[in-house]
Amino acid sequence: MIPFTTLAGIAAPFPDADVDTDIIFPARFLLLLDKEGLGKHLFHDRRWREDGSAVIDFVLNRPPFDRARILVAGPRFGSGSSREQAVWTLADFGIRCVIAPSFGEIFFANCPKTGVLPVIAGAADHAALMEAARRGETVQVDLETQRVTWPGGSFAFEVEEHRRRSLLQGLDEIGMVLADDTADIAAFERQRAARTPWLEITGGAGRIVAGDGPA
Amino acid sequence: MAATLYDKVWDEHVVKTYADGSSLLYVDRHLVQEVSSPQAFAGLAAAGRALRRPEAHLAVADHAVPTTGRGRPMPDGLASRQLRRLEDNAKASAMPYIPMTDRRHGIVHVIGPELGFTLPGATLVCGDSHTCTHGALGALAFGIGASECEMVFATQYIRQMRQKRMLVAFTGRLPLGVETKDAVLAFIRAVGVGGSAGHAIEYGGPAMAGLSIEARMTLCNMAVEAGSRVAMVAPDDVTFAYLEGRPYAPAGAAWERALDHWRGLRSDPDAVFDRTVTVDLSTVAPHVTWGTTPEESVPIDGRVPDPDAEADPARRLRLQRSLDYMGLAAGTLLEDVAVDRVFIGSCTNARLEDLRAAARVVAGRHVDRRVTAMVVPGSAAVRLQAEVEGLDRIFRDAGFEWREAGCSMCVAMNDDRLQPGERCASTSNRNFEGRQGRGGRTHLMSPPMAAAAAISGHLADVRTMLA
Ligand code: SF4
Repeated sequence: MIPFTTLAGIAAPFPDADVDTDIIFPARFLLLLDKEGLGKHLFHDRRWREDGSAVIDFVLNRPPFDRARILVAGPRFGSGSSREQAVWTLADFGIRCVIAPSFGEIFFANCPKTGVLPVIAGAADHAALMEAARRGETVQVDLETQRVTWPGGSFAFEVEEHRRRSLLQGLDEIGMVLADDTADIAAFERQRAARTPWLEITGGAGRIVAGDGPA
Repeated sequence: MAATLYDKVWDEHVVKTYADGSSLLYVDRHLVQEVSSPQAFAGLAAAGRALRRPEAHLAVADHAVPTTGRGRPMPDGLASRQLRRLEDNAKASAMPYIPMTDRRHGIVHVIGPELGFTLPGATLVCGDSHTCTHGALGALAFGIGASECEMVFATQYIRQMRQKRMLVAFTGRLPLGVETKDAVLAFIRAVGVGGSAGHAIEYGGPAMAGLSIEARMTLCNMAVEAGSRVAMVAPDDVTFAYLEGRPYAPAGAAWERALDHWRGLRSDPDAVFDRTVTVDLSTVAPHVTWGTTPEESVPIDGRVPDPDAEADPARRLRLQRSLDYMGLAAGTLLEDVAVDRVFIGSCTNARLEDLRAAARVVAGRHVDRRVTAMVVPGSAAVRLQAEVEGLDRIFRDAGFEWREAGCSMCVAMNDDRLQPGERCASTSNRNFEGRQGRGGRTHLMSPPMAAAAAISGHLADVRTMLA
């Protein structure tokens, strides 16, 4: 995982409410098989016309926001589908922090996996930051001290401890679980087999096995 | 201590709780589809890791599959490559896989319950937000991202925070022509999108015993549109009758033992919910969305709202943006809105009961000549049974196209999509901008309401056609 400690850069103001993952990354690009190179499709249908030319007044097409590292977004940002491509496209564009009043839950959980920090901001802080972003000010996000700072103000934010720690250290969560918890997992599986044996999947009538062909 | 259904299933799956309150939950079942899995398989391979329990996963492609010409090889392109990738990955990791030509193929959220892969009290995940659908059988089921899929591949575990609990209690009976789709649209309109965020929903109340598994799945499916990752219904005799004899359901002595356990999976009478909402089904009217979020709906006899009547400037702007995208003028009567396309399909409303309800409206009538309409069954099993019952004939005779199963125009990843500006009456779950194709305009509704729109050529009140 990509670590996140501090970040300073241009913050793009994007106050629209309900920017769902279909707006962030339209479904037809979900056919692409890789994580890399998705940044050009970020907000695709708002950002590019059908002939491929830029929508010039879209925020990410205007300097200095075309090199934004932070997005100051509206309420319920990232609601809708679970597609992690919505995070990969932001990261590939260069945005490593999204600050909004609220988020879609799955999007919120997906962000740290690619080193993107989602920050929930209260109404007054959010409004002040949105103004600073509009002025093109440099915004600083510090995960160690859990503060967002800009020339005219700052606020503190909360983050769940395990998310904070894995972001700061860029931890490999799967590796950690495999190293620390494999014995517990095996013990749980034995317990499950005794208590709710029907949850064990074994071969049998009508069950699908690997390589099963058309019926 | 009194516990809710959600807490009971949660507690049965916790192995470890951390200082910050998050828990490692054991995952009993994982449905794997083509969109959220390739990067997870790639990550696993890059780290040199193997699947912990290949048999706990079930792979099926649904999003990108074509709904016509299944017998022919697909032309080479992004979609065929994505489908091949899933098949190759599944085979290489010894994961059970259902090809699209198989009679058990279908949308993940339709076939999980059909196969009995989804069971009461099980934890089930899928890289898809509508995984909450499976809660209709009393499973604790939720959508996850691709990185989390990789975690489940490698460990069978997932790290989660326990949610708050919300009870949505249904009373009364649905009037003729009104479906649970209408009830859940009314609920989302009342609480707002994001209104139930942070809460695991339990749908209950005295009306629940009278609702079929299909109807419950429609309710659970749409929970995520209100902001909840999890929705559940306590398993009861309706659930047990649905599950008995399905391929993955226990049989014989194991069935009896499972039943004993499942009967205890209900919220205790004095269990505490953080929030309770009551919906009287007898007062629900057919709902239709007019905007670009699922909360933007009104009963069919209503009008498109007027942004100028909105006091809050942020809401006014939001509203105006929806109307601009949808190409609708404030004050328009919903019934005056003409449609170009009709889509009866998706994991929300393409089960047998949905198709039967739509066919009752369609029988003996014809699709308006300005409308292109199609039915995409949720699974091959639904399609085959519908054909046994002659529903396909009713739809075809009326001018509907009758397709093979898949997500189709719910998500427009295959060739089924709207052209810019086209307006569609759809039984799916998301009316987001571009969801059914760039520039497409989606109105969400129930299957009978979509059928009524197809026949009328405009949004229409199905109740007047059922009298
Ligand atoms: S039918 Fe639509 S909502 Fe359901 S799984 Fe497919 S794309 Fe998602």
